[in-house]
Amino acid sequence: MPTDEIVISLKDVNKWYGTFHALRDINLDVRRGERVVVAGPSGSGKSTMIRCVNRLEEHQSGIILVNGTEVSNDVKAVEKVRRDVGMVFQQFNLFPHLTVLENLTLAPIWVKHMPKAEAADIAMKYLERVKIHEQAKKYPGQLSGGQQQRVAIARSLCMRPSIMLFDEPTSALDPEMIKEVLDVMVELAEEGMTMVCVTHEMGFARTVADKVVFMADGQVVEMNTPSELFGNPKEERTRQFLSQIIRH
Amino acid sequence: MAESSLLENPSANGWLRGPVDWARKNLFSSPANSLLTIVALWGLWLAVPPAIQWGLIKATWIGDPAACRAAGGACWGLVTEKYRLILFGIYPYDEQWRPFLAVVLFIVMLATAANPRFWRPWLGWVLVAGLVVVSVLMWGGILGLPLVTNDRWGGLPLTLILSIFGIVLSFPLAVVLALGRRSQLPAVRAWCVVYIELWRGVPLISVLFMASIMFPLFMPEGVTIDKLLRAQLGIILFTAAYLAEIVRGGLQAIPRGQYEAADSIGLTYWQKMRLVILPQALRLVIPPLVGQFITTFKDTSLVIIIGLYDLLSSTKVALSDPQWRAFYVEGYVVAALIYFVFSYVMSQYSQYLERRLSAGARRR
Repeated sequence: MPTDEIVISLKDVNKWYGTFHALRDINLDVRRGERVVVAGPSGSGKSTMIRCVNRLEEHQSGIILVNGTEVSNDVKAVEKVRRDVGMVFQQFNLFPHLTVLENLTLAPIWVKHMPKAEAADIAMKYLERVKIHEQAKKYPGQLSGGQQQRVAIARSLCMRPSIMLFDEPTSALDPEMIKEVLDVMVELAEEGMTMVCVTHEMGFARTVADKVVFMADGQVVEMNTPSELFGNPKEERTRQFLSQIIRH
Repeated sequence: MAESSLLENPSANGWLRGPVDWARKNLFSSPANSLLTIVALWGLWLAVPPAIQWGLIKATWIGDPAACRAAGGACWGLVTEKYRLILFGIYPYDEQWRPFLAVVLFIVMLATAANPRFWRPWLGWVLVAGLVVVSVLMWGGILGLPLVTNDRWGGLPLTLILSIFGIVLSFPLAVVLALGRRSQLPAVRAWCVVYIELWRGVPLISVLFMASIMFPLFMPEGVTIDKLLRAQLGIILFTAAYLAEIVRGGLQAIPRGQYEAADSIGLTYWQKMRLVILPQALRLVIPPLVGQFITTFKDTSLVIIIGLYDLLSSTKVALSDPQWRAFYVEGYVVAALIYFVFSYVMSQYSQYLERRLSAGARRR
């Protein structure tokens, strides 16, 4: 159950790419333990928004706070935020020159200065949780897409983040692999992880999310509980989008 | 599937049925292919037998110029007579075991550094120790070795010193320049662009001239920097500019997602580069990197114009003996062979390294 403590807060956040206004006055609070799904048509700014949270993208105005730290040009602040926020990418982005195990232990060893053996123990534990520990010695290129994405989730978890961001984690997967990744994410949600997830998996949103944020044209159009948003959308734009994704 | 059908059907696999089939399949498969084969064979016929005739059959192995002239073939007597001058230049004759040992040490160090089994933290220290030993051997002045100043160094050791220090020291500089050129800090970027374009805009020969003739003019009176050191610095700074662009090419080939993933797990800029980006980027550019190493190795022969006696210059000195002057071809063939052996080994090693490094991390 989400607590009252706000761990991510976006206030009037704006971002431009050149003259293109990518994010318009975004206001969003995420509480500890809350599961937020961000939905919307492509190009609506969903990914841009969550990438601003850990400073993979820079916002030009407004305030983003993560666990009380303002995300700004301050390198130290950004490093602090990134240690606390895990991210899973659409394209997995595992490091192809390192084994699965090395992918997982890299950040604990170098960022947290953890002894190698301890980092490996923790890594094996998370690999077991994503049911892939027998592949620890393999290279990412030898795994299937679904396996790679589970490794990527485990890699983020090894830093023991308090927040996980998912940027369309299943969009690059073959249909039969989507479930194995979603299962891991559901499990994570059940353990109380704070999650912000950009996804087109409405089934996942329905079962897991506390809050669904619908975005279009760089704006938050509507946000509500999944049952309200899907069952009784207030905005015409939301209805239009839902009818499009439900049609197939 | 395809492999097993090949095995079951040997006729699909021409070489199993003998050389005639093999030739038909590989040398005469089409009219154009046949024509190429014939032209190539004709070319070999023109070149190889006379070369063997000159270099081996009619050659004189030991003996003076008169004997050579009588035989009419290659005069390898030049080499038996002058090899110490060619290999070690004008290094004091009685002390030439020292540059010889230095060359052996260099080769041992290269072989060690090239073997992935020895890629451990201590390798750097072993190599530094090796270089200290080489320096002591070459300079002397302590441990009862007579001092030999570096204006008397020459031949193969000098070529190896110039190219190994040139390559080893220019490489880190190149990586820094390549990173700098992609930096988000405008001042750093501008500085690196200017450096790279400036050095790439001038020929090495003019760099060496500048280093040996112009540079001392700008120094305050009484301050002198050794000529060899100046040439060495010139080679390092020049090579770094070329290597930097090669490294930058590798950096650009790494997908943005790799940078983002490294950022998102909290690595600092330098950790990200060292642990994630550079290992992948450098692996991609091994072929052009080694190409540049080979070029640098051969380009050290340009130091002849500022009066340093590298391998090629000392060969020239050996040929200045009026008795042997007529046999310059033999002298240059030997020098070329030495250059070839080193370059070829480097090229082969680069292919081995590529195979080895890509074996594990094969991309899908």
